[in-house]
Amino acid sequence: MMLSAALIAILVGMALLLIRAFVGPTIYDRILAVNNFGTKTVLVLALYGFVTERPDFLDIAIVYALCNFIATMAILKYFEYGDLGHVGKQPEDEKL
Amino acid sequence: MIAIEFLVNFTLLGFLLATALVISRTNRLFQSVMLFGIYSLLTAALFVVLDAVDVAFTEAAVGTCISTILMLSALSLTGSRREVAMHRKSPALALGVSIALGAALAVGIMDMPEFADPNAPANLHVAPYYLTESVSEIDIPNVVTSVLASYRGYDTLGEVVVIFTAGIGVIALLAGRTGKRDED
Repeated sequence: MMLSAALIAILVGMALLLIRAFVGPTIYDRILAVNNFGTKTVLVLALYGFVTERPDFLDIAIVYALCNFIATMAILKYFEYGDLGHVGKQPEDEKL
Repeated sequence: MIAIEFLVNFTLLGFLLATALVISRTNRLFQSVMLFGIYSLLTAALFVVLDAVDVAFTEAAVGTCISTILMLSALSLTGSRREVAMHRKSPALALGVSIALGAALAVGIMDMPEFADPNAPANLHVAPYYLTESVSEIDIPNVVTSVLASYRGYDTLGEVVVIFTAGIGVIALLAGRTGKRDED
């Protein structure tokens, strides 16, 4: 029962995040909404596993979190440099 | 417990529908990319709820991770931020075709067996033979492994060749680029 309540609470949280991702207004709201939505998906999968009494899929939920992290890194790099191939600032370049 | 499964299914489907509608209404490309990420997370969650964990895994890795990065790379290479507004005629034709296709699919689904029905044709054809005979025939305790590696060996070989070719292509592209840089 507690697990079901937690699952419903997280679904409500997902709805709020979706609204934030839809209406914005700034780009950073959307990035944060997508990143948080990934975390919420991981939580839903973990809780759903326990609610249906098959928590074997917990490790898959963790891999989702890793994928989501890589995507967020790529998005932030795109915004910092406007280019995904940018190598960033190297410490050696500053010395030369 | 059935009620909570029902609730999760329909909530996730509702989120999916809302996301798809917003994606189709927006013309800001970056927002579409972000929402596509959410869309594939929702699809992956739905696949897990439907017990297709391997498909969900692929969807999460490809949809959330790789295709978001691919879309962002395309955006940064083209430098466009907004979808170009084209002078379209009325969307009645596209809408009609979509609704007709959806109705045809819904009619088709009626002929399908119940979800996870043990008497469905797919579960009666060769599956019982694999389940009972594969251990003595192939000598591998895991049935999925013996189906992939032996009964469908040529199919798996073809898949491996496709992935190998894709890997060669990627290596050729990346290696060519670094070689050029070294000459400079």
